[in-house]
Amino acid sequence: MHWVWLVPLLPLAGFVLNGALALVRPGAKRAVSVIGVGVLVAAFAAAVAVVADLAATRPAGPVVFTYWDWIPVGSLHVTAALQVDPLSAVMILVVTGVGSLIHLFSVGYMGADEGYARYFAYLNLFVFFMLVLVLGASFPVMFVGWEGVGLCSYLLIGFWFDVTANANAGKKAFIMNRIGDFGFLAAMFLLFQHVGALDFVTVFAKASTAFTPGDAAVTAITLFLFLGCTGKSAQIPLYTWLPDAMAGPTPVSALIHAATMVTAGVYLVARANLLFALAPVSSAVVAGVGALTALFAATIALKQWDIKKVLAYSTVSQLGYMFVGVGTGAYAAGVFHLATHAFFKALLFLGSGSVIHAMHHAYHRTHSPEDAQDMRNMGGLKQYLPWTWVLMWIATLAIAGIPPFAGFFSKDEILGAAFARGASQPVWYVFWFLGLAAALLTAFYMTRMMLYTFHGPNRTGERERAHLHEAPAVMTGPLAVLGLLSLAGGVLNLPPLLGGGAWLEHWLEPVTRAAAVHLPAAETAPGTEWTLIVLAVVIAGLGIVGAIRLLDPAALVPARQAPPETGLGKVLANKWYVDELYDRLVVRPLAWCSRVVLWKGIDQGLIDGAGVNGSAAVTRALGWVGSRLENGEVGFYVVCFVVGVALVLRAVLR
Amino acid sequence: MLLGDALGVAAVLFVIGVAGVLVRRNAIIIFMCVELMLNAVNLTFIAFAQTLGVAGQIFVFFVMAVAAAEAAVGLAIVLAVYRHQDTVDLRRINLLKG
Repeated sequence: MHWVWLVPLLPLAGFVLNGALALVRPGAKRAVSVIGVGVLVAAFAAAVAVVADLAATRPAGPVVFTYWDWIPVGSLHVTAALQVDPLSAVMILVVTGVGSLIHLFSVGYMGADEGYARYFAYLNLFVFFMLVLVLGASFPVMFVGWEGVGLCSYLLIGFWFDVTANANAGKKAFIMNRIGDFGFLAAMFLLFQHVGALDFVTVFAKASTAFTPGDAAVTAITLFLFLGCTGKSAQIPLYTWLPDAMAGPTPVSALIHAATMVTAGVYLVARANLLFALAPVSSAVVAGVGALTALFAATIALKQWDIKKVLAYSTVSQLGYMFVGVGTGAYAAGVFHLATHAFFKALLFLGSGSVIHAMHHAYHRTHSPEDAQDMRNMGGLKQYLPWTWVLMWIATLAIAGIPPFAGFFSKDEILGAAFARGASQPVWYVFWFLGLAAALLTAFYMTRMMLYTFHGPNRTGERERAHLHEAPAVMTGPLAVLGLLSLAGGVLNLPPLLGGGAWLEHWLEPVTRAAAVHLPAAETAPGTEWTLIVLAVVIAGLGIVGAIRLLDPAALVPARQAPPETGLGKVLANKWYVDELYDRLVVRPLAWCSRVVLWKGIDQGLIDGAGVNGSAAVTRALGWVGSRLENGEVGFYVVCFVVGVALVLRAVLR
Repeated sequence: MLLGDALGVAAVLFVIGVAGVLVRRNAIIIFMCVELMLNAVNLTFIAFAQTLGVAGQIFVFFVMAVAAAEAAVGLAIVLAVYRHQDTVDLRRINLLKG
């Protein structure tokens, strides 16, 4: 276990090597592929070894490895340290495991791109920071990873920066994340003020004595932390960057904006579970915001035509579920959904990548300017991309919550926990209901996406059709592995009700034990639980059947000929006009303030006008007065001189 | 001994010098008035040297040496100005002004 440093260091080495190659020999694609994928697979192997070691020894607390003093200032003492415990173990497995598959997929997807080496360098750097985030043994170390993944997200969203929209999407993501980062920082300051330490072990050891449950301080700290989460994990009100982040390459969307980085907020809440358990108000806010986001994003996904946008809103929605889980105190359920979501959402994104790859290829061959991501240009792709079709259906059933696919177990567990909490705090019934409604919509919009993409007649175009083809094995291989995980991921945490051992819950028990004292898991009678399960399955089935019955892919026309949306459909297609609302309320006033007050007023008026030009004008005026004395009349000089001498003498000779 | 008289003569000489510098406009005359002031000072030095020590007398030599050098440079300048301007009237020589 002591070589856990190898896990983050391997991707860092990959970044250094690939970065050097990107600068020196960007054409060396074979070397880049071997390094880029190799370090990830090696990191995964190291992670497996670490976790196996952890599973064998099962230490009572987290195992902390301290490497050097980072910030020794006064009573603040932060060390660069990594921490291995069951929670970080799950995370490093997900990050390196799913990451390896996505790196492998990228070899095929990005193969023709000129920035291939740069791409892999960024991707490796991202994985390094993500591993620092989940392995960090203190809030500041975690914050380094937190910022680092934000940076890589920015770099990769704007990977094709020669298109202005892509560069803008990157900036948007970065700026919105900064708002969240402010919350994280404020939380750290408050935490240090009240606890006097920032490393996890000390903080959680002292938290129970430093705070009383429901304390204003701990509520503020957790709310600030959650503000950070809403930025990183794309929750209301800071979610709007994630759909725009789809401007990046599709494997990036799969890795960063679906499977790993966006789950950092869920990880943070699960990591700080004791603090959240001590602040019931914050926990309710977390669950409430999560439930609202789950439903809100799902409604938007109903009317998106861009295949990646559907998945983006679906991601926002599923992240909402995870927050319902961790906000309810079902930390294991939240982390469970995090893991299963990583499987099926990575699969969906990579599958959409495979579709886009085929579409782009076809349009590229015929020099057509059509949108390769618009579902209205797809249709009937199942005969051209059979593997992708089958695997994406598996993922769709998983996300919809159809047993026995992975998503069913995790989603059901979250909803069950929310319902159980409702017995003591009725507001959780509302959250549960919102979640259930979102589940219905999830099944509906995912089926809609599958229908429009793979079923019905093909709308790509006569000439293009001949060029549609299945992706190479290097792309379908990772898809198949993810398909298997989406199919069987549920066994990780099979509930006792279905004859399982709730393995993940037991595995995470050392992490969540302290929180369970303050926020014991609510239990429901087995009968009620069965009812909930049946209800969830019926709802999911209803969504799928409803979509199949209501939507007719044959009636769809290509994007070019599509009529404009009307009524509610238009509102949904325009994402409830939230971007426009933010633009009016925040962006424009801010831009106005910057232009009129800061630029024209302070910069040009005060600094340039009064400061720079003002001091010059004063000097000039003084110089003019002086120059009047220099009139060229020697007599005048002499008079001045004599008068001066007389005055000096008078002053001196008293 | 004779200190008061010597100082009186020196003061009169100095005032004449100052008045000359102030009222005359011919560069040469002004120059001579400056010399007059220097010599008034020299006289003061000599007068005080009787009671305060020989340093005053030594200083007079320095003043005379400096005055000689100054006269040489000053007259050379006046000469050069005259070649350019055809006059040594200071009211006409006023190129350097703000």
